[in-house]
Amino acid sequence: MNILGIDTSCDDTSAGVVVDGRRVLSSVVHSQVELHHPHGGVVPELASREHLKNILPVVQEALSKAGLRMADLDGIAVTVGPGLVGSLLVGLYYAKGLAYVRGIPLIPVNHLEGHILSIFLEEEVPEFPFVALTVSGGHTSIYHVKGYGDYDLMGQTLDDAAGEAFDKVAKILGLGYPGGVVIEKLALDGRKDRIDFPRAYLSKDSLDFSFSGIKTAVALFVKAWRNEAAGNDKPTIADIAASFQEAVVDVLVRKLMIARKRVGARAIVVAGGVACNRCLRARLSEAAAQDAVEFFFPRPEYCTDNGAMIAAAGYHRLLNGERAQPSLDVRARYPIGDLLPPTGRGK
Amino acid sequence: MKEARVRYRTYSDQETIGLGRRVGALLRGGDVLALAGELGSGKTWFTKGVAVGLEIPSDTIITSPSFTLVNEYEGRWPLYHMDAYRLGSLSEFVSAGLEEYFYMGGVVVMEWADRWPEILPDLKLKVEFVILDEFTREITFSGNHPRAGEIVEKLKKEP
Repeated sequence: MNILGIDTSCDDTSAGVVVDGRRVLSSVVHSQVELHHPHGGVVPELASREHLKNILPVVQEALSKAGLRMADLDGIAVTVGPGLVGSLLVGLYYAKGLAYVRGIPLIPVNHLEGHILSIFLEEEVPEFPFVALTVSGGHTSIYHVKGYGDYDLMGQTLDDAAGEAFDKVAKILGLGYPGGVVIEKLALDGRKDRIDFPRAYLSKDSLDFSFSGIKTAVALFVKAWRNEAAGNDKPTIADIAASFQEAVVDVLVRKLMIARKRVGARAIVVAGGVACNRCLRARLSEAAAQDAVEFFFPRPEYCTDNGAMIAAAGYHRLLNGERAQPSLDVRARYPIGDLLPPTGRGK
Repeated sequence: MKEARVRYRTYSDQETIGLGRRVGALLRGGDVLALAGELGSGKTWFTKGVAVGLEIPSDTIITSPSFTLVNEYEGRWPLYHMDAYRLGSLSEFVSAGLEEYFYMGGVVVMEWADRWPEILPDLKLKVEFVILDEFTREITFSGNHPRAGEIVEKLKKEP
């Protein structure tokens, strides 16, 4: 079954065609990350009108790269939330129109489910059940993934997402954008044990995250550090980056591994933009080897927002008998717990 | 109209939440809190308290809107928690549709509101956060509009 997936939940306009929720025929993302602001931010392509401008060419390119025509599509999956209402609306109404005209099913998809299932776009896939860490600028959550559509949220950030902490610390250090990439690169030249930034493990049993404390700790440290006279024992900016990254990675790895143990899963998965971080991947790989479990991560282009993962999630929703009603609307807030459970048809 | 003003010090995140809760309990639809202060000064903690004061269910987690630009919550009044942090210009703010939230009948808490003060409605109550030391924050409320004055007066009355 050929499913077209469309995502306009945040900055990027993306579309992809996936066969049977597994085989990617195309994945096209219109992103402007390369365009920088003078003050170091990205030009967010969040404006509805930007999505409006991009959605037609992005979908056309996704189809042409897939070597398909509209008539070859069996369904259209579209992100309905969570996200920015104005941006989501562009994707939804475009998809509604297209599905109506072609007379094919329209499938509403939760963006978070897209990330959880993004690993299925790869050749090597985990068996259910597994635990998944989705970690990006907007989310940091751990799920127990028991099957398609069958997820338990085990922990989540109570304040800042991990990717946001990277971006903000990059800004504190006066570095460029995107923060995650810049800090990862700089950290290669630094000592990760130079500064002992706080790790917020919260209560002993908690699988929740808190990254606002470390952001504040780095801000206070850098303030004092800037006034410090240069000397042999003064930490370098690379030391700060490395020590910060180490603190964040420590927490992510420890909590994911506790979660895995708790449910007895044999595999761990990491997805979302921060899953591109090599330090995080290396540490998770070590931890998995130590516990003798498997570790999976999607390639970078499936980690960041993309339409292919929406198509994959939509495929399983369609198998589950889900189709959009004409009155379907977007949802700014859309917790994973609100998803319909699987009926068994999809398994 | 003379500027109304009141200043507090908090000595922990929990105290910042407590102050937010007191303010939140005084708010109604249409109110706008314009938050300003450097990274780590307690703006999101304060907003967690405002949410409690607005009777948003306690199992709802108030997270940072820096990435999503706006988070919406349902309470006694809807809460629109906005953040101008990663926007590059006022025109981006407007084209993202964020300006509309000021007039949607809910309570708006906007972080980094000092970036484009001209966009804020007159009735705004400004809330400025200053880091004094690792734990201590100075939080100042001020505004020129009668509605801001009303909130400040009520805050002063309740110790």
